[in-house]
Amino acid sequence: MSEAAVALHFNVDGEDFTSAGQASVQVKKSLRQLGIDSEIIRKVSIAMYEGEINMVIHAGGGEAHVLIYEDRIEIKLDDHGPGIANIEMAMQEGWSTAPDNIRSLGFGAGMGLPNMKRYTDDMKIDSVVGEGTHIVMTVNL
Amino acid sequence: MNTYEHSVSLDVTACTGCTTCLKHCPTEAIRIREGHAVIDANRCIDCGVCIRNCPNNAKKATYSKLDQVLRKKKWKIALPAPTLYGQFENLDDVDYVLQGLLDIGFDDVLEVSQAAEYVSAYTRNYLKTEGISKPVISSACPVVLRLISLRYPTLQGHIMQILPPMEIAAKMALEKTAKTHPELKREDICICFISPCPAKVSYVRNGFGEYKSEVDEVVSVSDVYFSLLNVMRRENQAPESLSRSGMIGISWATSGGESSAIFNDKYLAADGIENVNRVLDQLDNGNISSLEFIELNACPGGCVGGAMAVENPFIAKARLQSLRRYLPVSQNFLKEEDKDYIPDSYLFESLPTYLPIQRLSSNFAESLRMMSDIQKLRANLPGIDCGACGAPNCRAFAEDVIRGKAVVEDCVVRRKRELERQNGGPHHEGE
Repeated sequence: MSEAAVALHFNVDGEDFTSAGQASVQVKKSLRQLGIDSEIIRKVSIAMYEGEINMVIHAGGGEAHVLIYEDRIEIKLDDHGPGIANIEMAMQEGWSTAPDNIRSLGFGAGMGLPNMKRYTDDMKIDSVVGEGTHIVMTVNL
Repeated sequence: MNTYEHSVSLDVTACTGCTTCLKHCPTEAIRIREGHAVIDANRCIDCGVCIRNCPNNAKKATYSKLDQVLRKKKWKIALPAPTLYGQFENLDDVDYVLQGLLDIGFDDVLEVSQAAEYVSAYTRNYLKTEGISKPVISSACPVVLRLISLRYPTLQGHIMQILPPMEIAAKMALEKTAKTHPELKREDICICFISPCPAKVSYVRNGFGEYKSEVDEVVSVSDVYFSLLNVMRRENQAPESLSRSGMIGISWATSGGESSAIFNDKYLAADGIENVNRVLDQLDNGNISSLEFIELNACPGGCVGGAMAVENPFIAKARLQSLRRYLPVSQNFLKEEDKDYIPDSYLFESLPTYLPIQRLSSNFAESLRMMSDIQKLRANLPGIDCGACGAPNCRAFAEDVIRGKAVVEDCVVRRKRELERQNGGPHHEGE
């Protein structure tokens, strides 16, 4: 596989809920600098935002790598959280394990993973209970 | 390629090349080159932040000179922004200001606050229109309009398509003149806006999208203030009863005034360019839902904070509060048949084309290569954002170098470190 022309790296802080969503903003700025179509930017930033929020809510944070190739954008999310016991179930709209205090902020509607799938061309989830979750999403250019 | 005419300009002889404006510019439009500031016309939004911060008064707003305007045409109509009223101490009636404008040589006056009350009434209609993108963003602040056209392409569709009060006032003044003085031709008339802000000067010069302004000249609140002081001191007689605006119209001068007139609590009002940017970022990320209306003013406190005003914005705001205290809520009302309707003459058709100022190159592969080079260079820069290279921070400097607008040797900290390396490590006094 060819090497990414631009690689962006973010530490997603699981301790600070107020900063959740910042990486998505940075990604959007970079994609605009590259002159990428605004519809693609929208898809990438929504997928990135949902992934980022998931890592903060469920996994105590993690790492995000955004790799920009000439023909695609890859978003890699890695955390060492509790893992997803039933991926099929988690992919269903409306299914959520978010705690009540998070729901009261408007999150935890069970749309995170389904939106990540909807707004990307490919999504792979690799999760081990007790060890963590690795997600690779691809948006084709 | 740039054809946008700006009001904010630089007096090269007064500029010392210090980094104050560089650090404050919200769009990173300024660089220091050859010992003085240079403004990038493509990025400048005429917000006036550099004018407010320059310690040497080298940054200026350019606008028409009052005495020249008063000599120009047969029929000169003043359109005072309500901010003007907040400049005067112990003013208890707007009529003194309006009478003063006639006394210094204007032939007629039409208050922008009067037009603002119609804009408020039509805004309430607009918010009921089906199919509009909400929240609706106010179209009143020209800095915000330009910022959106440069940076937030996805938010353009949220801008309210009703013309700002200044333009409505100009149209009203022309209609009124056509009735009272039908003998006058358009070229005999000078519509002169009395502005607290340089961005209105630019708006009038450049128009907005396809729309061309009906205002002919823009003079500053400060110039008008000083000439009014001379005539208003003569308290020999009561002024004519000229004012036609109420609380709503006067309140447009301060942040939150426009919003409070929509009679709906689902609004947000933010002022100061940094706050405006934060709100637009949040909106761009889809994090502000369930709001009907967003009022954004680039200047602190709203238009009273404009760079062409005299008085401190908070003092001006306090004065306007007492000035409007015994005024009716509004003095301008829609006709019954207009209750669900907005006349075409109040609307603008098109939005300006999105100008992607951040874009590195028009070719994607080239942009990718440039961004990669920028990342590599940034890793080798000190990261202290000192500004000595002439760019506002190390990231902007790296971008300038890769865009070919600066050379890496301009980084003095890097050069110092190289010298130290050549001389075998850093040296300090006393070692």
